[in-house]
Amino acid sequence: MSGERFDAVVVGAGPAGAAAAYTMASQGLSVVMLERGEFPGAKNMFGGVLYRHALEALIGEAWKESGLPVERVVTEQRYWLLGPESVVSIGHRHARFMDPPNAWTAFRARFDPWLAGKAKAAGALPVYQTTAIDLLRDPATGRVTGVLVDRDEGELYADVVVIADGVNSLLREKLGIPRWKPHQVSLAVKEVLALPREKIEDRFNLEGNEGVTIEFLGATSRGLTGLGFLYTNKETLSLGIGVMVDDLLRRPIAPYELLESVKQHPMLHKLLHGAETVEYSAHMIPEGAWHAVPQLAGDGWVLCGDAAGLVNFVNREGSNLAMLSGQMAGEVIVEARRAGDLSAQRLMAYDRRVRRSVIGQDLRKIRRLPAMLHRWGGERLFDHLVGAINEAAYRYFLVDGTPKRQAEAEALRHVVRAAGGWRGTMRLAWDALRGVRG
Amino acid sequence: MSSRAAVEKKLFTIRYRADRGSHITLADPARCMSCERPCLLFCPAAVYQWEDDHMRIAYENCLECGTCRIACPSGNVVWRYPTGGTGIAYKRG
Repeated sequence: MSGERFDAVVVGAGPAGAAAAYTMASQGLSVVMLERGEFPGAKNMFGGVLYRHALEALIGEAWKESGLPVERVVTEQRYWLLGPESVVSIGHRHARFMDPPNAWTAFRARFDPWLAGKAKAAGALPVYQTTAIDLLRDPATGRVTGVLVDRDEGELYADVVVIADGVNSLLREKLGIPRWKPHQVSLAVKEVLALPREKIEDRFNLEGNEGVTIEFLGATSRGLTGLGFLYTNKETLSLGIGVMVDDLLRRPIAPYELLESVKQHPMLHKLLHGAETVEYSAHMIPEGAWHAVPQLAGDGWVLCGDAAGLVNFVNREGSNLAMLSGQMAGEVIVEARRAGDLSAQRLMAYDRRVRRSVIGQDLRKIRRLPAMLHRWGGERLFDHLVGAINEAAYRYFLVDGTPKRQAEAEALRHVVRAAGGWRGTMRLAWDALRGVRG
Repeated sequence: MSSRAAVEKKLFTIRYRADRGSHITLADPARCMSCERPCLLFCPAAVYQWEDDHMRIAYENCLECGTCRIACPSGNVVWRYPTGGTGIAYKRG
């Protein structure tokens, strides 16, 4: 392998890397796509929702072919606010989500090899079971000229290195970009639980290929800042919970114990009981949003996907942003090469393109949210406030002879007290609004 | 079920190909003595185990999430990727 030269080396064959490799190889560039796993996706985990939009932007209608490895079409999406033994829920089901699908549930160890296969078919050279351990640089200019891999004589040279090696990107740190801080990442643990298809369809009120997603928060995170999810697959359920790593340090709890206690919540237990764990997994998610996104291009390199922190944690979007960013990186590199100018200034067009795109707009919109969550704290928001909302709902729906005016006042009082009085409630409402509206 | 048994049962569901050596080491093992050692709890695979006076690192169980790199309060974790092709291989993920 030593001394070989390519137009581009792509590090990581996940959605970002595969999208970049596909885009460049389709335009005739010589591309090598590295993956440290046994196969693409072997090291990857996500909650389980894959959106059609980014896939279609990348490969057009090729997703319609029968081999697309997805589970169910997401036709219903629910949010659950959980008290210790109760739930306040909001949900939306729409037949229009079915055709064409807006989103599917999926598994990364099955989807990633499929997408990487598209890049290979377009002409990218896959080199798997190979880890890029360092960047090669021109000693005179410092320009990145390739990567060093963990094989004998493992130097790969390229005009541009596409760094798409995920949330634990060691290569981005070689560029001098600081590693994540505990308040910028969450740790998610997940179990895939096997349950017969009929039971899934009965319990979730599904027909055929329809699927449901439930995002839940409240009592299940035990006072930590965290969000859980339960998604339906064909014959399994994906159950997981993510908590901010700095919260995990403040109030230590073993993630697998947290996940076990989530299963015991009466509202979730109803849906899960009898299901058998077939896979356990863990992964970090970059949740720093806009302020944590570093410079995305430089002399001989671009940064994509999770390695760049391109995750919209509010709207559960990561893999699709990874694909979009990989595609944009690929397009900019193709254009730069056509123009015969692969300078850092030229590659910075990728940085600008990402920031102007839906990725940048959405991450910018939620830029205040990480600090807001930090300021209010998981205990107050997820434990006390969500608990109070459940108590308020109970009071509101309970018929016990109390006049409605009095019952409603009592219900309201639960929430106002949890938010720290009227002044606290106003401040929280304002903060929350700014957090999600940008 | 003890929490150790609980996580071990979960880890049995994952396929590993162990690397020849550990991809996790400590910059200075003595630093763990004066630390509150939150890694014993936050590691989702219970890789870190305190034995009397030293840290045992069960790297073969590592899920490669990388949390310990970020969260170790004394910055003591030296973490690289397992050699290409080794480590975890999720079937679903």
